[in-house]
Amino acid sequence: MPLLEVRHLVKHYTRGGGLFAPPPTVVRAVDDVTFHIDEGDMFGLVGESGSGKSTTGRCILRLVEPDRGEVVFRGENVLEFSRGRMRLARRDMQIVFQDPYSSLNPRMRAGDIVEEPLIIHGLGASSERVARVKELFGLVGLEPAHLRRYPSEFSGGQRQRIGIARALALNPALIVADEPVSALDVSIQAQVIELLLELRARLRLTYLFIAHDLRLVENICNRVAVMYLGKIVEMGDAQALFRNPTHPYTQALLSAVPRLDPDAPRTRIEFDSASFRRETPMREIGTSHWAAV
Amino acid sequence: MTPLLDVQHLTIAFEGPGSALTAVDDVTLTMQAGETLGLVGESGSGKSVTALAILRLLQPPGKVIGGQVLFEGRDLLRLTESEMRAVRGGRISLIFQEPMTALNPTMRVGDQIAEALTSHGVGKGEARRRVVELLDAVRITDAAKRSRDYPHQLSGGMRQRVMIAIALACRPPLVIADEPTTALDVTIQAQVLEMLRELKDRFNLALLLITHDFGVIAEMADRVAVMRGGQLVEQGPVRQILRAPSHEYTQRLLRAVPGMSQR
Repeated sequence: MPLLEVRHLVKHYTRGGGLFAPPPTVVRAVDDVTFHIDEGDMFGLVGESGSGKSTTGRCILRLVEPDRGEVVFRGENVLEFSRGRMRLARRDMQIVFQDPYSSLNPRMRAGDIVEEPLIIHGLGASSERVARVKELFGLVGLEPAHLRRYPSEFSGGQRQRIGIARALALNPALIVADEPVSALDVSIQAQVIELLLELRARLRLTYLFIAHDLRLVENICNRVAVMYLGKIVEMGDAQALFRNPTHPYTQALLSAVPRLDPDAPRTRIEFDSASFRRETPMREIGTSHWAAV
Repeated sequence: MTPLLDVQHLTIAFEGPGSALTAVDDVTLTMQAGETLGLVGESGSGKSVTALAILRLLQPPGKVIGGQVLFEGRDLLRLTESEMRAVRGGRISLIFQEPMTALNPTMRVGDQIAEALTSHGVGKGEARRRVVELLDAVRITDAAKRSRDYPHQLSGGMRQRVMIAIALACRPPLVIADEPTTALDVTIQAQVLEMLRELKDRFNLALLLITHDFGVIAEMADRVAVMRGGQLVEQGPVRQILRAPSHEYTQRLLRAVPGMSQR
């Protein structure tokens, strides 16, 4: 049984409208998205802005309520959970946000930020929580001296470590990492990625890794789905997908990534958005490799 | 050959009460006409401050405390403010990362391009004609109609094209582009880079390209200068820097870039 199954997930937004405005338009942010994540997967959800990748991540945690579909976690559809039951479920599913500058409360000390989820969930006595926070700080490579500092006293990479420690506080099984390193400098990115991979092995974590950086996803993910305008257009084992990209959009996206070799031939493939058909179903095009073609 | 731009021992400090922080420390760079120099570094490396100092756009407490910026035979640091105004946009122009904040939201984009021309002595009628030409050059379709749009009516990629049209309006020999594609999606970035390459050849532009992305460097640069903590740590031809970097910091930066498998 997969750890997480997302079935026919839909989230539409209505934009505009009003008494004197032109008729509203419907944005299909997430449009019938289906995929599953196995335990231990590093599942990369890739796309450009407006592809719906972040909304998909947020729908899974019900930070955004989807319109339709199922989010089955360990066999149970979390979309049917009551508020209280959902709160319990969130112990197992946590999120790390992109921007460590705006996602941490600037008025709270780092130690309190990491402790807060434990308090909210009523876990442990005060002394146990303090010990747990210290342990979490060690786990993400922060010093005990950092406990009493405020977010503004940390660098971007350190702040992201605080965000990760907070996400780990409740001992989750699944981490939705929404562009966790995009706001960081390259050398810092590498360190945070290394930490995420190390934690995966150590804590047996499963990740939904949301990103726009294909090079990064190719390097660290074992399975990948490519989103375009709310749809998954291609999905599969990372090796198969990157070796044999089949959907024209995937091909265009890959060909747009700058090569590190100045002598590499530039063969850019343009994707004609007018040729995009939302209704094209996914079909298996190889071993563990699907595309909507 | 006399270089087009010759920055000698540029030193910039941010002066606080009783103390000063050296943001750029003894940086020497040269650029030939038509050349693309990639200036690479992480945040705080001093790469953007260097660019601002070349154009004398540094805001206090930032201050050039030493060095020269020789351009077309003159030291820009010694020009009067009105001479400098003729250089900015006329002989050297600047493309910013975020086109939404760099464009005037209350002005039609065509008028903003025209203003770049009229402020450098081009007549109004001539400017209007050139606006459409420039929008065509940056591959904006239906240029005449688009020139009447306001910035918010354009996509991010289109706004960046408008910025480039403004930068190129007076055919300057040098364009400084500070992370010109960082805010763009990768497919749009590819289009903008391709267009920049084409315009560079067509107008024989020298491009000082400031970026943190070695992929962009590999696609665009002839030579690369790597900055760290205000200092230039390494400088050389792009192939040498990417394939056999000699400085430990450059090696570390390159190792941190997720490698793309050979395709």
